[in-house]
Amino acid sequence: MTSGELEAIEIDLLLEAVFRRYGYDFRSYARASVVRRLRLLLEQSGIASVGELIPKLLHEPAFFQELLFAFSITVSGMFRDPEFFRSLRENVVPLLKTYPFIRVWVAGCACGEEAYSLAILLKEEGLAAHSTIYATDINDQALAVAKEGIYPLRQVREYTENYQKSGPHDSFSRYYHASHDHIVMNRELKKSITFANHNLVSDHVFAEMHLILCRNVMIYFDRELKDRVLRLLDSSLIRGGFLCLGTKESLRFSCGDGRHDEIDSKNRIYRKRVLEAGEGRTR
Amino acid sequence: MKKYRAVVAGCSAGGMQAVATLLAQLGTSFRLPLIIVQHLHREQGEYLFRFYSSSTHLKVQEASEREKILPGNVYVAPPDYHLLIEHDETFSLSVEEKVNFCRPSIDVLFESAADVYGPALAGVVLTGANSDGALGLKRIKDCGGLTLVQRPETAQFPEMPRSALLCVHADQVLTIEEIGRFLMTLKPEAAY
Ligand SMILES: C[S@@+](CC[C@H](N)C(=O)[O-])C[C@H]1O[C@@H](n2cnc3c(N)ncnc32)[C@H](O)[C@@H]1O
Repeated sequence: MTSGELEAIEIDLLLEAVFRRYGYDFRSYARASVVRRLRLLLEQSGIASVGELIPKLLHEPAFFQELLFAFSITVSGMFRDPEFFRSLRENVVPLLKTYPFIRVWVAGCACGEEAYSLAILLKEEGLAAHSTIYATDINDQALAVAKEGIYPLRQVREYTENYQKSGPHDSFSRYYHASHDHIVMNRELKKSITFANHNLVSDHVFAEMHLILCRNVMIYFDRELKDRVLRLLDSSLIRGGFLCLGTKESLRFSCGDGRHDEIDSKNRIYRKRVLEAGEGRTR
Repeated sequence: MKKYRAVVAGCSAGGMQAVATLLAQLGTSFRLPLIIVQHLHREQGEYLFRFYSSSTHLKVQEASEREKILPGNVYVAPPDYHLLIEHDETFSLSVEEKVNFCRPSIDVLFESAADVYGPALAGVVLTGANSDGALGLKRIKDCGGLTLVQRPETAQFPEMPRSALLCVHADQVLTIEEIGRFLMTLKPEAAY
């Protein structure tokens, strides 16, 4: 048996142990990335093999937190993919304005960058008073950062450039104040977002959303899990609601299924049909 | 004779010309997938495919997630995502931290490709002004794969091939044209 095959067995056992001990199910995550994260964790903790991680994980909840952190890749940014945010303004906001009140869900919000970007966008579009933003993740450490709304100052240049490309009505510096080496997002923005722990693999649907962003989260899931999570997102949307994925994500459940229209294929914005195919006729 | 299932290649500064030269050597009888990580600016993407397609008859495309990797195709990693390979020979993408200040990183691709293809993999390091790819090439070698490095004196930016050579005792150190011709001689596995 090759060392790679051995490692594969060890990883299966580890994921099983994590699931049964802590209830977090990473068994259906894309393997290549899991392998990479585990190897990095081994390097950092000076442990020789994946197998040796297992007893440590079973007996030390604090170590499990490290694993959880290593597995959930929280890399994000404000107005990442500015073109996507521009498209939201142009193609989605006008329709959102037709509702008296809208509910928005950012699923897999990492440290909150995307949720704040959206809060800024909704404010500029005059929707702030008529909307609630829910932002969820499985990573409590990331959620804590998100609630604080504190980001490193060195990121601001990139955030500002992105913001400027997103078709803004104002200037990014209006939304935070800087101190020392970090920025703090305005209190008003913070108040507009509810951050909470939610696991897309094992938790329930969120009801009646008008807009859902789930970007660069399902790229870490295998096909089956991705399909399952897509169904969960879909049942959380109202008819006519919008679903947005990462710019390199393929929508396998498909637009050809008669349930969704493509609003902007390049920026991966989809709309759940108001009527399903054939439904109009039966009524 | 040893059989192959895939070729992975990495380049950075000077990469456009280098890849075009490499592709020009590959005829339509090339029956392996060629998977490339090239450090690019986001905007360079679209122009790149047109440019590459003009140097080869092989199909050149951006690698997309969950796509099945097929022989005779040339895949380029999308900008700003790491490109990995799954055991069912499909691509997956990741936005995790930069590696060697790069995303996509050559090391990330090479390491995951070595896991999947083992000895049936060939890895190529071309021109570049950093040391990405060196550790990945070492992993390919450790898994029994074939390692090729552009002769540093002939590279527009020699640092990347040089770093790779410091890390790995490469099987072949050649000019780009020679690498291309060499790749043409690799025997694909029967299943292809
Ligand atoms: C790469 S970040 C994406 C951040 C942001 N959406 C973006 O595109 O910039 C992926 C996030 O998904 C979260 N995540 C992973 N598995 C999850 C799950 N089962 N349920 C909810 N969130 C999850 C991770 O903790 C991480 O914060």
